[in-house]
Amino acid sequence: MRQGGNRQTEKLLLERSVPGRVGTILPDLDVPAQPLPDSTLLRDDLPLPEISEPEVIQYFTGLSQLNFSIDTHFYPLGSCTMKYNPKINDEMAFLPGLAGIHPMQPAETSQGALELLYKLQGFLGEITGLPAVGLSTLAGAHGELGGMLMIRAHHLANGDNGRTTVAIPDSAHGTNPASAAMAGFDVVELASDSDGNVDLDALRDVAGPNLAGVMITLPSTLGLFDTNIVEVCKIVHEAGGLVYGDGANMNALLGRVKLGDLGFDVIHLNLHKTFSTPHGGGGPGAGPVCATNQLEPYLAAPIITENSGKYQLSTPEKSIGKLSGFHGNFGVLVRAYTYIRTLGDAGIKSISGNAVLNANYMMHALRGTYHLPYDRTCMHEAVFSADLQKDRGSSGLEIAKRLLDYGFHAPTMYFPLIVHEALMIEPTESETKETIDLFIQALIDIDREVTENTQLVNDAPHTTPVARLDEAKAARQPNLRWQPEAAD
Amino acid sequence: MSMTRPDTNGHFQSHYIPNTTDEQAEMLATLGIDSIDRLFADIPEEYRNPALKLPAPLSELEIQRELGGMAAKNRSLGSGPSFLGAGSYNHFIPSIIKPLITRGEFITAYTPYQAEASQGTLQVIYEFQTLICNLYGMEVANAGMYDGATSLAEAVLMACRVTKREKVALADTVSPAYSAVIHTYCQSQDIAVEVVSPTNAILDNETACLVLQYPNYFGNIEDMQGLIDLAHSNGGLAVVSTDPTAMGMFQTPGHYGADIVTGDGQPLGIPSSYGGPYVGLFATKQEYIRQMPSRLSGRTVDKNGKTGYVLTLQTREQHIRRERATSNICTNEALYALASTIYLAAMGKQGLRQVAELCYHKSHYAATKIAELPGYSLPIDSPFFQEFVIQCPVSPTDINKKLMEENILGGLDVSEQIQNGMLLCVTEMSSQDDITALVAALSEFK
Repeated sequence: MRQGGNRQTEKLLLERSVPGRVGTILPDLDVPAQPLPDSTLLRDDLPLPEISEPEVIQYFTGLSQLNFSIDTHFYPLGSCTMKYNPKINDEMAFLPGLAGIHPMQPAETSQGALELLYKLQGFLGEITGLPAVGLSTLAGAHGELGGMLMIRAHHLANGDNGRTTVAIPDSAHGTNPASAAMAGFDVVELASDSDGNVDLDALRDVAGPNLAGVMITLPSTLGLFDTNIVEVCKIVHEAGGLVYGDGANMNALLGRVKLGDLGFDVIHLNLHKTFSTPHGGGGPGAGPVCATNQLEPYLAAPIITENSGKYQLSTPEKSIGKLSGFHGNFGVLVRAYTYIRTLGDAGIKSISGNAVLNANYMMHALRGTYHLPYDRTCMHEAVFSADLQKDRGSSGLEIAKRLLDYGFHAPTMYFPLIVHEALMIEPTESETKETIDLFIQALIDIDREVTENTQLVNDAPHTTPVARLDEAKAARQPNLRWQPEAAD
Repeated sequence: MSMTRPDTNGHFQSHYIPNTTDEQAEMLATLGIDSIDRLFADIPEEYRNPALKLPAPLSELEIQRELGGMAAKNRSLGSGPSFLGAGSYNHFIPSIIKPLITRGEFITAYTPYQAEASQGTLQVIYEFQTLICNLYGMEVANAGMYDGATSLAEAVLMACRVTKREKVALADTVSPAYSAVIHTYCQSQDIAVEVVSPTNAILDNETACLVLQYPNYFGNIEDMQGLIDLAHSNGGLAVVSTDPTAMGMFQTPGHYGADIVTGDGQPLGIPSSYGGPYVGLFATKQEYIRQMPSRLSGRTVDKNGKTGYVLTLQTREQHIRRERATSNICTNEALYALASTIYLAAMGKQGLRQVAELCYHKSHYAATKIAELPGYSLPIDSPFFQEFVIQCPVSPTDINKKLMEENILGGLDVSEQIQNGMLLCVTEMSSQDDITALVAALSEFK
């Protein structure tokens, strides 16, 4: 539905600005005015908008309505775990006694916050089987950097200066090699075998005195549980390396297996995936690091410790240092704590159980219509290839865009890189069977449209606020801010 | 312990899951298996289905009670006069921000990779980039970083890439927390970080950048023109972490020629929240855009010529460039970039200036009153914005304990840097009565 008049969203804030309008009224100065500093220190112009409060509400509400979101659309974006984000989590994070506390206030005045963080460390340690937990890393990739710096510190502490290489499967998220590089490592790519597992021969080839470790996503980004995983960890350990786990896909394994039991040494979790905290259009996240007791001394500072019922911030003995300004994304950590408290052991298992059931049900229904490069029981997501449809004229991208017209967000496309025309679909546990059935039907209908009306699919989307956007123009002539002279 | 319907294994199932036991049975029958556990057969049996020692689940009512109890053990900024700053600031937050950022369409959306389904988020990011550029007097800003500290650390890495140099001069007036994060980020990169006194720093032609904070950690406005010129004198860059609230009054770092400007967006409508989530601000010059970390939203047109927004210049980023990316950053703090954008829209040209002036006048009033007390002085003679150091007659930590007995949250003990120094912050949130109460409580120490 289109909004009339000034409720349209086309004009930007500075284009809407009318001199003299104000959006907020502040109190008058209640102390005597003080002498101002030298005027050369002060700015003349402050180019910010002048807009009244109702207009601000109307504009941003209008913008929100241009988005797909979990609350408004099925959002089966693979590897992103777009599950329901409980509202109680938000409510708790906004409690004045939690949202309104200063990170540097004395520990005596923030015992409730520290107790919550301490208990969350314990919960995450229990769920992962990796008891040394740090909460200060602010996103998944940030946790990866922390974990890889810990691996580096561990080898250096052992005088093992030659371990400069990290092996990463070809199916990995881009953050893995980027984080390993930021931690100072050289990256070698590990091939996957025909079942989608890590190729053990390829691993043995790199498992030598230069190997610092491997970075493994479990289940892999193919949505598969690597049946060689125990052997992978063994080969790496025997070569003197450590195993890093990317916890992006932990929704599949909640309560089903502890990564520590399998041989992982250090992992991160994405609380904004597995633990239901909202993605917020691209953050905030939180990427806690969970490690073996052996690696505990290297955790980033601070961690929370307890002594006779008193909680405090502490710096581990050989800490890699601080990775963030304060103690972590507390508001996100409160949400994850709340989520775990609503679940308990059985509730945790019900999450993974239903997520994996829904994914297999969906995969089964689409098998035959879309090519399944790895036809095995999947975990929380299934990766299809649109190769069959591409032969008939529509690519994975075009099918994904056509899904928007059916009111479904697109799956993850063209990832993992080792699957042609990949469509990675993650239904999560929080969707109804009716929704999943409608989504399955939509993909079957689109497959028929590819045959019967290729152009309809290839011109999609037809019903979104904008049609297919010119990305090449955006990159060739970057327009990254509004300026009066650039206005059209 | 709350009771609800069991799943097919007779276990508790969360009310966040719609599947009934009948539906589960129907789906399992389609798959030709009889239990959900069968789907996990790839997990080695000896490790499968461990019992987790987690407390029994709570209902929402019980959760509210438990978290409410934890919250009650904390002393919140709103519960009494508060004068603590040092990187997290107690500013007024307009009531419109929370209902807007908690709209499901914003808070439950993913990163806007699928542009046609994410125009709201993409246009917000473009607005954010525009307003941050205007605030800092810079040419280009990104969609945000994790926080002020990581933003500054990434700026240091970027300065090394741009200059192809591996030495960094870090002013000793930069926040110790920020300085620590820079050290962590540089430790594995063969980058040498040297802490320098900005007043007599000597830079050579191997120095990638001079890193400054504006106002500095102690609240002071340093000679920005002189320091930025110094950074440039040997071909290095000037990297300046800048408090966005100060930009309501003070000259921009862009005006002085800064090359990379970072900051923490927390003062722009984001609660203190025990240190996060905040949002890192990051702006630079046009010529360096291909070396920037993090996402960028760009304006373009759709195939019908209609204006729209997309993520752009993505070949800098990890999902394309992998180990050769400018940074590993992926998820950032988009929701709080939105909060800052709403804040700047609501405050606007007049409001942000007013906030800055209220902070300026109130903090200077407080500083003058405290300096009049016997035993107290202002050890640093330099212009300041909203934070200042007082030298106390006794240990600031002892004073703070006494202040807390009167429900006053005092300043930060900085006696490691300045003998008996306390770093105080006075914002628009402090009334004259609050300041009078602080001065009266301080006067009890001589």
